Formats: sequence, C-alpha cells, structure tokens
Amino acid sequence: MINASLKELSQALAAKEISSVELTSLFLDRIERLNPAINAFVTVDRERSLAMARAADARLAAGTAGPLTGIPIAQKDIFCAEGWRTTCGSKMLANFVSPYDATVIRKMHGEAGLVSLGKTNMDEFAMGSSNETSFFGPVRNPWDRERVPGGSSGGSAAAVAARLAPAATGTDTGGSIRQPASLCNLTGLKPTYGVVSRYGMIAFASSLDQGGPMAASAEDCALLLNAMAGYDERDSTSLDRAREDYARDLEKPLAGLRIGLPKEFFGEGCAAEVMAAVRAAVVEYEKLGASTVEVSLPNSHLSVPAYYVIAPAEASSNLSRFDGVRYGYRAPEYGNLDDMYAKTRAQGFGDEVKRRILIGTYVLSHGYYDAYYLQAQRIRRLIANDFVEAFKSCDVILGPTSPSTAFRIGEKAADPVQMYLSDIYTIAVNLAGLPGMSIPCGFAGGLPVGLQLIGNYFAEAQLLNVAHRYQQATDWHRCMPDGIA
Amino acid sequence: MSLSLEQVQRIAHLARIEISETEALANQGQLNGIFGLIEQMQAVDTRGVEPMAHAQDVAQRLREDAVTETDRRAAFQAVAPEAEAGLYLVPKVIE
Repeated sequence: MINASLKELSQALAAKEISSVELTSLFLDRIERLNPAINAFVTVDRERSLAMARAADARLAAGTAGPLTGIPIAQKDIFCAEGWRTTCGSKMLANFVSPYDATVIRKMHGEAGLVSLGKTNMDEFAMGSSNETSFFGPVRNPWDRERVPGGSSGGSAAAVAARLAPAATGTDTGGSIRQPASLCNLTGLKPTYGVVSRYGMIAFASSLDQGGPMAASAEDCALLLNAMAGYDERDSTSLDRAREDYARDLEKPLAGLRIGLPKEFFGEGCAAEVMAAVRAAVVEYEKLGASTVEVSLPNSHLSVPAYYVIAPAEASSNLSRFDGVRYGYRAPEYGNLDDMYAKTRAQGFGDEVKRRILIGTYVLSHGYYDAYYLQAQRIRRLIANDFVEAFKSCDVILGPTSPSTAFRIGEKAADPVQMYLSDIYTIAVNLAGLPGMSIPCGFAGGLPVGLQLIGNYFAEAQLLNVAHRYQQATDWHRCMPDGIA
Repeated sequence: MSLSLEQVQRIAHLARIEISETEALANQGQLNGIFGLIEQMQAVDTRGVEPMAHAQDVAQRLREDAVTETDRRAAFQAVAPEAEAGLYLVPKVIE
C-alpha cells in the first residue's frame, strides 16, 4: 500500500478495501518510526489527522467523495493551516499556530477531502537549496542520509521518497520543487505563475513563488494539481482562467513532439554522469516518437545573478512584516521600539535569511536601485524573451534539473555562491513564469538524477503528458531507497 | 564593487537587524562574494529593454468596495506577542 499510486489508493478507498483512517494510521505509524532519522516532518498531529480521515470516510460512505478524498498528504510548512503550527522553518514562527487556512489548504483538505499527515521541514522562509537553513535542523536524504535532500521543499521530498506520505506539496521560487524532486527521485511540478493561489502561502519573493505537487509519478501530480489549482480572488496575481483537467492528455502519444535542447544546458558545468542520464532520456524520447532540435537560451547564464537581486529585494520587503508586533517571535529584552524590532529580527531570523534581507535592502536603497534592481528586471525580460524565441521551434524544453546529484550535508553550507549555483538550470523558469517539472531519469553513483521539462505558459497538461509517457516506458520513478520498508 | 564594514552596518540598520561587529565582518566577506556574482549583470547592454516586474502581463484588478470578511480580531490577536483590549502593545513611542 505504501507504494500504491494515488489512483490505486483512490480505487481502494472507493471499493472499501481500506478506510481513510486505516490508510492514514499506516502512514502516521511510518512517520513515527522513520522520521527521527530523516527529520522530514516538523509537526505531526495524529488526532487532527485522524479526525480528518474520519470525515473523509464519512464522505466516502455518503457517496460525496471526490477522486482524492481520504488520501493522506504531507504539507510543506509554508502553507498556513488553521489550528496547525505553521513555522516556515524559522524560529520567527516556531510557535505560530495559524488562525486561517491558505487557499491551497482549503481546496485540498476542505474541498478535495485529502487528509493532512503534518507539516514538512524546509529551508527557512524557503531560502535554500539543501534544507540546511531550517531552524529545525537539516533533513536527511533517504537515498543517503549523509546527503541533503535539496531544498527548499526538502522535507516534502524526503517524506515522499521514504514513503512517509504518498505525496506532498511544495513551493518553487527558484527551483524549490524541482531540485529536491531531482535529488530524491521524485516527480515535481512548478506550475505557470498564477495557476496556484499564493493566499496563505508565506511569501518569499512574490513575483516568483508558486506552489505545486511532489509525488512518485506524473499521473499523481496531475491529480494533485487538479485539487490545488484554480482562480482565487484573494490572490491578486491569481489568473482567472477556465478550469481544466490536468490529467486529460496523459495518454496522448508523443509522435511529432518537438523537444528543444538548449545548448547552454548541455555544456560545461554539469556533472558527466548527470549529463549521461539526461542524454539517455533524450534517446528514450526519440524512441517514443519525439524529435529533438537544438535551441538557445543565450541569457540563461544571467539568471542566477538577476535572481539574487530580484528575490532578495522582494524578500526584504515581504519579511519586514516580522517585527515582533502582530505575530511570531519577540525578543525577551529590549529598549525602545526600534531596539525591539532590531533585536527581534536579529534573534528570530537565521543567517541565510538575514543575508538575503541585507542584499535586498542594499539593492533597493537610494543610489543603487537603477544599477541593480532595474538592471535585474531588464535582464529578466531578456531571459523571458529567450524562451519565447525557443518555443517557436519546439513544444517542450529538456535538460538537467540540477548540475549534480545530492551533495553532502555541510559541503556547500559555508559558501553561499556555490549553493546558489546549484539552481543554475531551474531559476530561469521562475523568472519567465513558465511551468517546469523534474522527473527521475536514472542514477549516478547510486544517487537519483532528475530530468527537467519546461513547457510554454499554461502547458501543464502537455508537460504531464510528456512526463507520463516517459514513465510508462521507464522504471526510474519506481526505484526506492533501501531501508525504508 | 566592494562593501565596506560601515556599509554592511548601515544596511543592517536599514533592515532593522541588530548586528555585532563580528557578524558584520562575516557578512561583509559573504556579501562581497555574492555581489561578485551579481556584477556579471553590469556587462550586459540593456538599453531599450523594458523592465519585467512580473511574469504575467496583467493589470491589477479592483474589487467592489464591500465588506467581505467577518470580524476575527480575537483569533488574529491571539497569536500576537502582546495584545490588550484589542490593541497591539509595543514600547512607548511618544513621551
């Protein structure tokens, strides 16, 4: 049952082969047994989860269940959930019990009837690529516990990889769904900006943040996206579009599909074994009837520099709300109001978050705005235009998700620049606002390798189709780490 | 470009983050490393390129000027570090 797809779980629940309470208990027991060694969850509330499972069973019995009703899921601790501690991986919110639900939470639990297994660990305020910046300690990669699971959705990735949950949510500002999916052998999807509501999703960089699903397969991700996506008047950047079934095109044949291979993603800077796995995936796609064409993203090397201006600028503004007044941590001792702010923020934020606030404050400050912030926004336009040009000759773009497999805990922690460069293939997608996926495509030295698929705006159903057909022809996504039985 | 120690301290003050001299020194090195990465942008000629603030080219929509939320002040103030009689308490700002 722990390796069943969401579709199989749905069928088992509908056929009354298992109840949601039984299924939820099974995963809660696994969390109790295996989580201490992995640290994927920061909050578990058995009674609350079981109450949700009982409500799901009632819906199943009453015939009012949807396709995902009763299936347990792990929630990244960036989504506010009423009555649940919501920490965002920070000391600042270590004791914050949310008084309201994020729209994603309301839709998944209230409407779809999914059952929450708890909240997953993450880099503090989603700022990190290794899950080492969490106030609650690093998450360990189930494939090698001395290595990172990636980040910032590292807890969600490790939870699904160790089958502590059948699926999870993540958020992706510069690669935070795709990179951990890649490092943990999962399928993860970052939707087009504006498809999934950001209401109640604690803001990092508002023009880049987007929530999405992380699961074993593209089919699972399609079903989850159906429950997550949709217009929300409470998010001013949510797009008012017709509802769609993201699973509708899963089975479409790939004959005639044009896959663009950006030459910048196939050059230097990527580990040879990772590149070999990606090239093998290209061959597999050709067998499935797709053709390949070389494309170019000539400004992609500027994506990391531009991102490290834009994202910290937005973060420094967003995180100014944490001042010790309305919620969260307040320093125990202080003098005047300014001193209270300064001590609260010095004690409540970790080093990486402070570093990014300082960068953001600087690039937005008087005399530097044009040289940094405006220049970064102009480069953002060039990067987005590169994709527009590339999509004139192809349907999807393919390349590696991450330049390496999972690195060792501590390996890059002291060198922010090296850490930032681990998102070199994912960041451009956020800057452009495009949908992107990572799917398992092999192993290098026993560690998972992820294949990145990038679609045009609103091409989620097509991306999922392209991923699903590959997963029907290959078994990489079914591989499990040892020691999780 | 290279940030001086005083500049790091000045930014930290603007960001309302208390910073010791040791921390400022540690940050100075790392921030300068990061700005070294960011500097790559300066070589690019972007004259005539319109800045892109957002992924989607859409206008902010307006909503009706109507009350849509219920009063949940008590629930929202329950998570405040210090609140009393519906007010958030902070150190005195006017003598």
